Amino acid sequence: MDVFSSLMDGFATALTPMNLLYAVIGVVLGTAVGVLPGLGPAMTVALLLPVTYALEPTSAFIMFAGIYYGGMYGGSTTSILLNTPGESSSVVTAIEGNKMAKAGRAAQALATAAIGSFVAGTIGTTLLAVCAPIVVQFAVSLGSPSYFAIMVLALLAVTAVLGSSRLRGFASLGLGLAIGLVGMDSVTGQQRLTFGLPLLADGLDIVVVAVAIFAVGEALWVAAHLRRTPLHIIPVGRPWMGKQDWKRSWKPWLRGTAFGFPFGALPAGGAEIPTFLSYVTEKRLSKHPEEFGHGAIEGVAGPEAANNAAAAGTLTPMLALGLPTNATAAVMLAAFTSYGIQPGPQLFATEGPLVWALIASLFIGNLLLLIINLPLAPVWAKLLQLPRPYLYAGILFFATLGAYSVNLQAFDLVMLLVLGALGFMMRRFGLPVLPLVLGVILGPRLEGQLRKTLQLSAGDPAGLWSEPIAVGIYVIVAIILFWPLLMRLWRMARPEAAPAVAGMQATTVPDAARTNDENADTLAMDDRATDTSQTTPAGRQENP
Amino acid sequence: MSSSPTVASRLKGRSELGVALLLGAAGLVVFLDANGLATPYSRSDPVGPKTVPFIVAGLLVICAVLLALNVLRGGSGEAEGWEDVDLAHPVDWKTVLPLVGAFVANILLIDWAGWVISGTVLFWGSVWALGGRHYVRDGLISLALSILTFYGFFLGLGIALPAGLLEGIL
Repeated sequence: MDVFSSLMDGFATALTPMNLLYAVIGVVLGTAVGVLPGLGPAMTVALLLPVTYALEPTSAFIMFAGIYYGGMYGGSTTSILLNTPGESSSVVTAIEGNKMAKAGRAAQALATAAIGSFVAGTIGTTLLAVCAPIVVQFAVSLGSPSYFAIMVLALLAVTAVLGSSRLRGFASLGLGLAIGLVGMDSVTGQQRLTFGLPLLADGLDIVVVAVAIFAVGEALWVAAHLRRTPLHIIPVGRPWMGKQDWKRSWKPWLRGTAFGFPFGALPAGGAEIPTFLSYVTEKRLSKHPEEFGHGAIEGVAGPEAANNAAAAGTLTPMLALGLPTNATAAVMLAAFTSYGIQPGPQLFATEGPLVWALIASLFIGNLLLLIINLPLAPVWAKLLQLPRPYLYAGILFFATLGAYSVNLQAFDLVMLLVLGALGFMMRRFGLPVLPLVLGVILGPRLEGQLRKTLQLSAGDPAGLWSEPIAVGIYVIVAIILFWPLLMRLWRMARPEAAPAVAGMQATTVPDAARTNDENADTLAMDDRATDTSQTTPAGRQENP
Repeated sequence: MSSSPTVASRLKGRSELGVALLLGAAGLVVFLDANGLATPYSRSDPVGPKTVPFIVAGLLVICAVLLALNVLRGGSGEAEGWEDVDLAHPVDWKTVLPLVGAFVANILLIDWAGWVISGTVLFWGSVWALGGRHYVRDGLISLALSILTFYGFFLGLGIALPAGLLEGIL
């Protein structure tokens, strides 16, 4: 059974009128929720999860594909029209996109984002369809030791590479792993961290955790600092592009796609790095470098394409290995598990038709996005003007509804509030939320693989590195962990190379506000041991 | 802000020590909980249910200590900001607490009074807390949302939210 015929079967399933309708509903709902400021794709998927519960798995996942791409697209609309990136992956789009909108070129910015997303999404999904079976073939040869190593790598990479403070990332990861421990131990059946509460015996529902950390935490956090002055939202007509815009956009779309897909597929993936790389590349290659910073269309076209290609790339390890690498994929993995479907190498064998229907509906969702959203853009722009009290009250309302409808028990709402307070605190003190969410989801799987590994080796820890791939991955893990130390040694050996290093560091954190004061950094280096989160005398936090 | 910025910044630093405390406490709880598990040695499960909790507890405690040191040395996490968030003013408890109040009211009411009533209270209370002052309009919107979601979930998704006091009417 080759890829093509499987995919055609997938299309046959996805193109029935009923399933097509679900795809349309998914795209519209996903975009509508994704457009709302403050709601990134991960939150969109988490909030809309209950809507899919009543459906049978195939239809649910078809709808899901629509929600996924819809949420991504909605986020880009928000960042262009409001300079409000819902998720860190849209930060770069907002740089030029919002400038374009302010210069009266909102229609072109939205058009290049939409068409670029379509191009990148289509290529990315094609690559997904081609790559996933190859990854699966490779993955079935892997044993528990390698799986364990890959999961360790994914967790550490997300924790140590992204975000501005590694220490705070690890703190967040620790909390997530602890939350993941709650419930019955899968091997011995003993209760851990349940404090005698029977309701905790099954563990915390991942939907409740995700909705609490993303939506409730965000609503509380915004409420605490709500801007009382009216917002400036740029009115927009139907998106369109002139000949010149097309000419300037198509190459960035393709280059962005080339950056996005591989990064999305890596365990430390995510869209932050490729979108930023795409931005930098377009700036360098552009014939109009003077326009960058004032609304250059290449600066929207490239990063948006990279973002969407990364979204497709993320699904490769998610489907083939059961390994989520960003928040959205983590929530999707939770959705899969709630249907009793375990993503991983066996998925393509056991649930083949469902997976291919999902991939086919990613193509369909992508096309629908273009057809539906170009004419509807003015409507989405109106959504941005929703009065803030209604918006955040609505987020709380639907978060409650979503979390309650999973098990219909008020206890889940108590957990929602407690974890929402945790999310609030994390935003207040700069703890990244992604390591926590991944820790909750991957923690139990990690423990399962660890125990399986040592069971096979009869308790000998050497079993952990009994496979060559596992050894290779541990080398990468070590490099990531000791990166700051290596950097320090390198800088001591070649002090004149330091500025170049500072420049490289900036690429990992695409945040214009974060300046790298080299002198301060060296000063702080002296009293730094293994603590990877340093501060300069000014009290400003630096990226290690 | 009459006090000097150093006092203010030191206070901010101190509040972050609470995070370190929370991490440490969480680590301790995880450790004690795992320590209390009785595990006979088993050949088929040499790792046992304790090992991973011990590692997690260790991670949490190490993070707590390092974070405390980091904060005492003047480090601070970057608060998350964007267009709707104005970090210039401090945490506005007058908004947050009523919001939490509305949320708690919903938890207390949902099983007894039903979703339509508790959801209305939740939405209306949240809008009020966030500064909405069109009492009647907000009330109507709240009620409409609750009723719509109640029927939407029942008819569209087959999920029966509790009807509570209005059972028989809805």
